[in-house]
Amino acid sequence: MSGYLEGVLVLLAVNVVFAYGGFLPLAAGQLNLGLAGFAAIGAYASAYLSNVFKLAPLLAIPLAGIVAGAVALVVAVPVLRTRGIYLALATFALGQIVQAIILNLEVVGGAAGYPVAAFIRLPTIAATAAIVVVLVWLLFATRFGIAVTAVHDDEGAADLMGIDVRGFQIAAFALGSAIAGVGGGLYAHHFSFIEAQYFNISLSITIVLYVLLGGTQTVIGPLLGAAVFTLLPELLRASANLRYVAFAAAVIVIMALRPEGLVTAGQLRRLLGFTRAEHAAAGLPTERTG
Amino acid sequence: MLGSIYAMVAVALTLSIGVLRFLNFSIPGLFMIGGMTAWASLRSGMAWPLAIGVALVAGAFASLVVERFTWRWMRSAQHFVPLVSSMAFLLLFEHLAVIYWGSELRTLPALFASADWRIAGLVISLPQLAGLVCSIALIWVLTLVLARTRLGRGLRTIAEDSDTALLLGIDINRIVPVVFLISGLFAALSGVIFALNYRQVHPFMGEVVGLKGISAMIVGGLGNIWGSIAGGLIIGLVEVMSIGYLGADFVDIAVYGLLLLILFVRPTGLFAGALAGQRA
Repeated sequence: MSGYLEGVLVLLAVNVVFAYGGFLPLAAGQLNLGLAGFAAIGAYASAYLSNVFKLAPLLAIPLAGIVAGAVALVVAVPVLRTRGIYLALATFALGQIVQAIILNLEVVGGAAGYPVAAFIRLPTIAATAAIVVVLVWLLFATRFGIAVTAVHDDEGAADLMGIDVRGFQIAAFALGSAIAGVGGGLYAHHFSFIEAQYFNISLSITIVLYVLLGGTQTVIGPLLGAAVFTLLPELLRASANLRYVAFAAAVIVIMALRPEGLVTAGQLRRLLGFTRAEHAAAGLPTERTG
Repeated sequence: MLGSIYAMVAVALTLSIGVLRFLNFSIPGLFMIGGMTAWASLRSGMAWPLAIGVALVAGAFASLVVERFTWRWMRSAQHFVPLVSSMAFLLLFEHLAVIYWGSELRTLPALFASADWRIAGLVISLPQLAGLVCSIALIWVLTLVLARTRLGRGLRTIAEDSDTALLLGIDINRIVPVVFLISGLFAALSGVIFALNYRQVHPFMGEVVGLKGISAMIVGGLGNIWGSIAGGLIIGLVEVMSIGYLGADFVDIAVYGLLLLILFVRPTGLFAGALAGQRA
C-alpha cells in the first residue's frame, strides 16, 4: 500500500471517529462546537501517557478517551444548563479555552507543539474506528438509542414519558467527547506531532458538518458523511483551498435541499424493506420532522 | 479602540440573532471581505472614499447571498441548520479570498499619515477617532430606525414571532433581506475601519475578531444592540487588561473564561432582551 493511500485512509478513520464524537450529542439535539477541545485533550493526554509513562499506545489511547470523557462529565453539568444557541456558544467558548490552556502548558510544549514517540499504523487505527462504529451502533440498538432519539425529537414529551432528559443529555455529551478524545489519541500517535493550533474552531465545525451532512437520524449517517467528504476531495485531487470551497458549497447546497442530511431514517427503512415502508408508500408519517 | 470594532461586529451579529434568532457565523467572513476589498481597491489606485464604498457594497452583496441560501430556505428546519450553513459560508469566503488574493499578510498604505492629534500628551489618531464616531453614530441611527419607522416595527414583529408577522401581512421575504443588508454593512464597515487602522489584512482576519465579536454579543445579551456595544467595550478592556496584568499568553483564557462564566451565571447576558423582549 502506498504511503499516500495509507495517509488518506488514516485520515478517513480518524474523521469517522471524530464524526461519531459529534454524532452522539447531536443525536440528543445538542450542537457541540467544542469537539476540537476534547479531541485536543485526548491527543495530548495519550501523547503524555505514552511519552512520560511509556504506556503502549493501545493502552494510552483508550485512557485518553476516558480522560476526555471525564473532563466532559465535569463541565457538562454547568454547560448543559444552557440550551439551544447558548449551549452551542458555551461549548464554543469551552473549546477556545482548552486550546488557549494547552498553548500555555509548557509540559506539553506549549505553542511549539508536542512530538509523540510511539507510532501506530493504519490497521490499528482502522480497527479502532471500526470498534467505535460498532459500539455506537450497538448502543443505539438499546434503550439508550430510543431514549436519546426521544429527547432529540421532543424534550417535553420525553420527560413526560419518564425519561431522564438531563441524564441522557449529559451521557451523550460525555460519551461523544470521550470518542472525540479517542480520535485525538489516534491522530497524535499516527502523525507523531501535535500542536494546539490544529484543534481549532474550524476542526469542530468540520466535524459537525460531517455529521449533519450524513444525517443525525441514523447511526450510518456520520460514517457516510465523514467518508464522502474525506474521500471526494482526494479523488478530485484539487488544491487544498479549492477543496474547502467545494466542501463549503456542498454543505450549503445539501443543507438547503436536504436539511435532515443525506441519510434519513424513513429512507433507510424503505431501502431495507422494513414494514414501515408500506406506511411511507401510503403517505403515513414515518419520518421524524425534528 | 479594538473594543469599538468588536462592538460593531457584535451589533451585526446581534441584529440577526435578535430579529431572526439566527447566529450568523458568516459575519466574520463579511468583516474580512470588507477589509480585503478595501485593500484591493486601494491597491488598484482607487481614491479612498470610493474604495470604502466598494468594500461596503461587496460586504452587503455577500450578505444578501448568504440570506438567499441560509435563512430563506431553512426557516422550518432545526434551529442549528442555518447556523451550520453560515459556517460553511465563512469557510467559502475565506478560501475564495485565499485563491483570489493569496494567503499573505497584506499591508495598506497609511491614508492619514500626519493626522494625529496631540492633546496634552495623548495621541489620538484621526482614523481611529473617525471610526469610533462613525460606529456610534451608525448604531444610534439603527436604534432610531428600529424604534420609529415602519420597517423597524416590522422587524420587531418578526422578532416576536415570525408566523404572526406573516399573518399580520408583513412581507417577511422582503423585510428580512434588510436585516442581512444592515448586518452585512456593519460587518464590512468594521472590516474597513480595522484595515485602515491596523493597515494589515489577510483572508483569515475575520476569525479572531469575529469570535471576539460573538463573545461581545453574548456578554451584552443576545439581541440587545446597546448591550452589544457595552459587551464589545468590556471584551476589549478585558483583553487589554489581561495583556497588562497577566501577559499576552493568557488573553484568550481570560476572554473566553469570562464568556463561559457569564453563560453559566446569566445565560442571557448582562443586559438581556431589550430589542425584542423575547426569550431565547
